[in-house]
Amino acid sequence: MAVDQKQTIKEIVQNFGKDRHLLMDIVREVQSSFGQVSNESAHVIADTLGIPFVEVIDMVSFYSFLSRTPKGKSVVRLSKCIVDKMHGMDKVAKAFEKEVGVKFGQTTSDGKITLEYTPCIGMCDQVPAVLINNTVLTNVSPKDVPGIVNSLRKGEGLGTQDTDEARPDAQIELNLRQPGPVIFSPMDRGTAIRTALNMSPEEVINIVTNSRLRGRGGAGFPTGMKWNFCRKAKGEAHYVICNADEGEPGTFKDRVILTEAPDLVFEGMTVAGYAIGAKEGLFYLRGEYEYLYRYLQQVLAHRRHLGLLGNNVGGKEGFDFDIRIQLGAGAYVCGEESSLIESLEGKRGAPRDRPPFPVTKGFLDQPSSVNNVETFCCATRILEKGADWFAKLGTKDSIGTKLFSVSGDCKKPGVYELEFGITVDELLQIVGGEDAQAVQVGGPSGNCIAPKDFGRKICFEDLPTGGSFIVFGPKRNMLEVVREFTEFFIEESCGWCPPCRVGTTVMLRMLDKIIEGKGTSRDLDELEEVCNTVKTMSRCGLGQTAPNPILTTLKNFPKLYSSLIKAEDYIPTFNWDKALSEGITLAGRGPEWEGEEL
Amino acid sequence: MSGEKITIYIDDVVVEAKPGQTVLEAADEAGIYIPRLCYHKDLVPGGHCRVCTVKINGKPTNSCTFPVQEGLVIENNTPEMIEARRRIIEMLFIEGNHICPYCEKAGNCELQALAYRFGMTAPTFPYIFPKLEVDATHPDIYIDRNRCVLCGRCVRASRDVDGKSVFGFEGRGVNKRIVVNADHTLSETQITAADKAANICPTGSIVVKRVGYSIPYGKRDYDLEPIGSDIEKKRK
Repeated sequence: MAVDQKQTIKEIVQNFGKDRHLLMDIVREVQSSFGQVSNESAHVIADTLGIPFVEVIDMVSFYSFLSRTPKGKSVVRLSKCIVDKMHGMDKVAKAFEKEVGVKFGQTTSDGKITLEYTPCIGMCDQVPAVLINNTVLTNVSPKDVPGIVNSLRKGEGLGTQDTDEARPDAQIELNLRQPGPVIFSPMDRGTAIRTALNMSPEEVINIVTNSRLRGRGGAGFPTGMKWNFCRKAKGEAHYVICNADEGEPGTFKDRVILTEAPDLVFEGMTVAGYAIGAKEGLFYLRGEYEYLYRYLQQVLAHRRHLGLLGNNVGGKEGFDFDIRIQLGAGAYVCGEESSLIESLEGKRGAPRDRPPFPVTKGFLDQPSSVNNVETFCCATRILEKGADWFAKLGTKDSIGTKLFSVSGDCKKPGVYELEFGITVDELLQIVGGEDAQAVQVGGPSGNCIAPKDFGRKICFEDLPTGGSFIVFGPKRNMLEVVREFTEFFIEESCGWCPPCRVGTTVMLRMLDKIIEGKGTSRDLDELEEVCNTVKTMSRCGLGQTAPNPILTTLKNFPKLYSSLIKAEDYIPTFNWDKALSEGITLAGRGPEWEGEEL
Repeated sequence: MSGEKITIYIDDVVVEAKPGQTVLEAADEAGIYIPRLCYHKDLVPGGHCRVCTVKINGKPTNSCTFPVQEGLVIENNTPEMIEARRRIIEMLFIEGNHICPYCEKAGNCELQALAYRFGMTAPTFPYIFPKLEVDATHPDIYIDRNRCVLCGRCVRASRDVDGKSVFGFEGRGVNKRIVVNADHTLSETQITAADKAANICPTGSIVVKRVGYSIPYGKRDYDLEPIGSDIEKKRK
């Protein structure tokens, strides 16, 4: 390694205060400076931080945006979410391969361009979408590709995202189709904070508890209760953590919040900081949304300028609170709160066993409250307008509004803010997806719903969701959808525990056998049993929900499967002829078994 | 507080546990065997393998990390749990490339012993047949990743007991592997045959050379009695 490169890496580590917990920032910068985190770089990082080399490798090899081998100057990451595929992704991929001259997974020999696939990048309302370094391009058609590739070859910028900090979405459609009263209504910066600071922290928690606000990530844990547990837990420090690792395929509502109403989120985090007794807020932003990073930093800077962050926030003596943004690097599992905390600590995003829960032992083993972007927004409004105002919206057990990220086969994809309790049918009418044969509520980890259930309500007591709502029209092959989703979980499994690491692959192979027309009724039973094992025995929410695409379609669309099942008792999975084909060709004859040809 | 007793119920057996114990430790002391693979009494629990999963108050949870609390109702030796554990063991077999009949660890292998205990003869899941690396560069120790179950015992032992961090993980999902703290091979690391990490692998993946057959087949631990028997003998 060149001496100056070694020096640069050392300086990067030093610029991050030689803090091992900032390893994510360190390796991200090394990756962007040198196009890879080589073993040599990893040694320099490890030595400067004083940690074992293998710890750096362990971390770097986990994230898909980090690589140990050289990547091109421009990395083209084509989103291969099912919604992209439904809208012509394959043709765009072919156009890229033709224009660049390499296949996906490869880099050009001049080191200029790498082609890769990536899971959903949060642009399902404007597909096909592609992420090129930090820049997002949407509604890409094959005819756009030559121009894009030409710019990359010449080293030209691709648009305004890197320069126009005022409008980070300049090239991205907002598609906010229906604003509602909680999230997308006008806001007066600082009102919620000042209201909170006039009360005791306990009173703030009481208001949030009384509003009966539940977490918007999908699980629906009562927010007031979480804050209360966290406040009461003993520790050297308390942390507020915002989960902006919006990775569930088909979800993009946080993207719209962070573009249109970031102050609402930061205000909510500050209120939470006061309530639980935290000095620091950590904002974990998915790597795919890096184009929002500088814009969000500006918003934070402005809030510091207004006295809404920093020392003595809102003029309150002794209440110091600030927010740091941590970028991720491409790992869906980091949306799971304990994985997210591990990632914040600069480690691989492997989930933790619970107990202890993050509210007692979270970031750096200190009490931490991890809440969704949308949850913080709700908290801000509750402080502004009162728990009673909020409680008037929604259903009995699901108070307030919910943001829906609507995509797929519908006329008006985008973000909708609607009250909890809306039926699938009603939402389909609003978005122009009346002829749907199926709707995926809550993304792959959620529930695939058939028309017979379109009268069901979207709320925690019936159909819970983090917001993803993917519409499938009458012509879609639903088994192909199930297959795609199962592959997604295989790729995103962290690998910690065998039910998820291995079980997801077993599920896919069994599913493929049925799709190929080689499945018996016993295979179908076994598929369901394996799915149940993965669901029951996996360590975290990823594995526990990975079988849902199969299990919910088995339940709601049984004919998809039963129509493919063969009458035989047993059909082998293993293909003898194929396995032995090389030998058969060489020998010029096939094997014999008890006189019978195989 | 130290003298305080906590009562938990494991499959209708009343177990007196001590504060600070995990469910698995309390069960061990009471002579109730909860099958496990990645757990080792000398290491911090890793929660990797999920074989020790029990239902705690109805919820599937791994018992190696769950602290005892008064009144816990635990389902351990139920048909559902036994079947789910058997499937996990099967998954570990088809994930690697196992050679039990001529593996030098046969009879002392915890994976093989669990398979026998669960009545597994041959896996029914489709094999993955991954291409995995063998590293025999070290004079006294070799790694055969074909037999690795990613339990992380070597990682924890080397880091926490030996203080060397010779092992770590690489990659994720089905491509996760054990790697060593060096650019290439085990011979470049500080590990010795006396290290805990060299002697704690539950399978034949990390093996000390030249001692594999000092006890002949047929006379090894699990040739004589099923895995878990030592714990079950403590049952009053």
